[in-house]
Amino acid sequence: MKNRSLVSITDFTKEDYLKILDKAAEFEHQQPSDLLRGFVIATLFFEPSTRTRLSFESAIQRLGGKVIGFSDSNSSSVVKGETLRDTIRIVSNYSDLIVMRHPLEGSARFASEIATVPVINAGDGANQHPTQTLLDMYSIRKTQGKLENLNIFLVGDLKYGRTVHSLLMAMSAFNPKFWFVSPDELKMPSEYKLFLHSKGIEYFEQKDFAENIDLADIIYMTRVQKERFSDPMEYEKTKNALVLKKNMLANTRPGMKILHPLPRVNEISIDVDDSEKAYYFTQALNGVYIRQAIICSILGLI
Amino acid sequence: MNDKKHLMVSAIKDGTVIDHIPARNLFKVISILGLNKIENQITFGTNLESKKLGKKAIIKIANLFFPEEDINKIALVAPDAKLNIIRDYAVVEKKVVQVPDEIVGIVKCFNPQCITNHEKITTRFTVIQKKEVALKCHYCEKITDQEHIEIL
Repeated sequence: MKNRSLVSITDFTKEDYLKILDKAAEFEHQQPSDLLRGFVIATLFFEPSTRTRLSFESAIQRLGGKVIGFSDSNSSSVVKGETLRDTIRIVSNYSDLIVMRHPLEGSARFASEIATVPVINAGDGANQHPTQTLLDMYSIRKTQGKLENLNIFLVGDLKYGRTVHSLLMAMSAFNPKFWFVSPDELKMPSEYKLFLHSKGIEYFEQKDFAENIDLADIIYMTRVQKERFSDPMEYEKTKNALVLKKNMLANTRPGMKILHPLPRVNEISIDVDDSEKAYYFTQALNGVYIRQAIICSILGLI
Repeated sequence: MNDKKHLMVSAIKDGTVIDHIPARNLFKVISILGLNKIENQITFGTNLESKKLGKKAIIKIANLFFPEEDINKIALVAPDAKLNIIRDYAVVEKKVVQVPDEIVGIVKCFNPQCITNHEKITTRFTVIQKKEVALKCHYCEKITDQEHIEIL
């Protein structure tokens, strides 16, 4: 993995991912001190994302690395009209690695071709967010003890949700079964269903959230955004149909865990938070270990 | 009658004839092959009757023979095009075009949020389907289908 950019979930192999998950587990167990001492890492956030940026910066600083960068494009020379090409070329000279988020799709791939240092994609529009996928996989393995043969419910916006698409691709290497729960307007796109079909992976589509919920090992919730709907009435109906409530957990498997990439709005009721099946807040903490493992792998330190 | 036909598409001694171009895409073919920038003698006819295409166009280029990878670029806009290689007034070879595995430049990514539509970047696509052409953008990973293909 040394010196390779991580732009898309398909850039690394299954073996690469397992190696990163193992390293993250080691880092969680014991933080190696000062592994990143002497390294300067640029975090370029052309679009604000507090959660992802802080997770990266915390990951770097806990290992003794230095961070340079900006948290939104208003405080960079982008406002002066500088092209992404030029920004990346310049920042390559100042840093050992670039972490970037950008509102345009494909921007991270382009940056990785311009940069003389590796690039980690922290989200390029609706396209890819591979470190989120790795932390989701880490959370799944940590709570289930394995990645193989799991029953995974993907719930909410399955049409535009990049996290569910990447997770589907990545988990397909581990023989899962999927249940897709979404309103008609936000169904899983056919290209992903064709992909599952080609891999011989079973999936089921349903509108009723509670159906078969007793089979789930993982319930992966996503936010349904109002602006995705052409009809506001339809949104109001859907919004309440796909809410996970505490009473729905009664017959679920004892080891079942609920994940959510956050931020949530109302799709998980607050009373679920106290349940031992709620894992979404710990999931976010796992992001620090995963990002440390990715950065150290790419810099060739582990 | 024969004379009229003769006028429309006069014969060439040496060169290439590209037939069965959909009439609406004639100028796209000209631009993809850069025929508007060369000095060779070129004749073309358009809106000719065709059972298969409705209206077709034909181009005759004197003293020019295309490498395979160049000619395959027109497959996106003229998938049924047939090439006749002419030497000394006789057809010495017939070729059909084939959609290549990768398209560099030529096509615009249909995704308005793609970086290639915001910065000066040469577009790049993997051809994931050849019959009803579907192109996957190397950058934004979105798929541009036949219906949305726009030539740069």
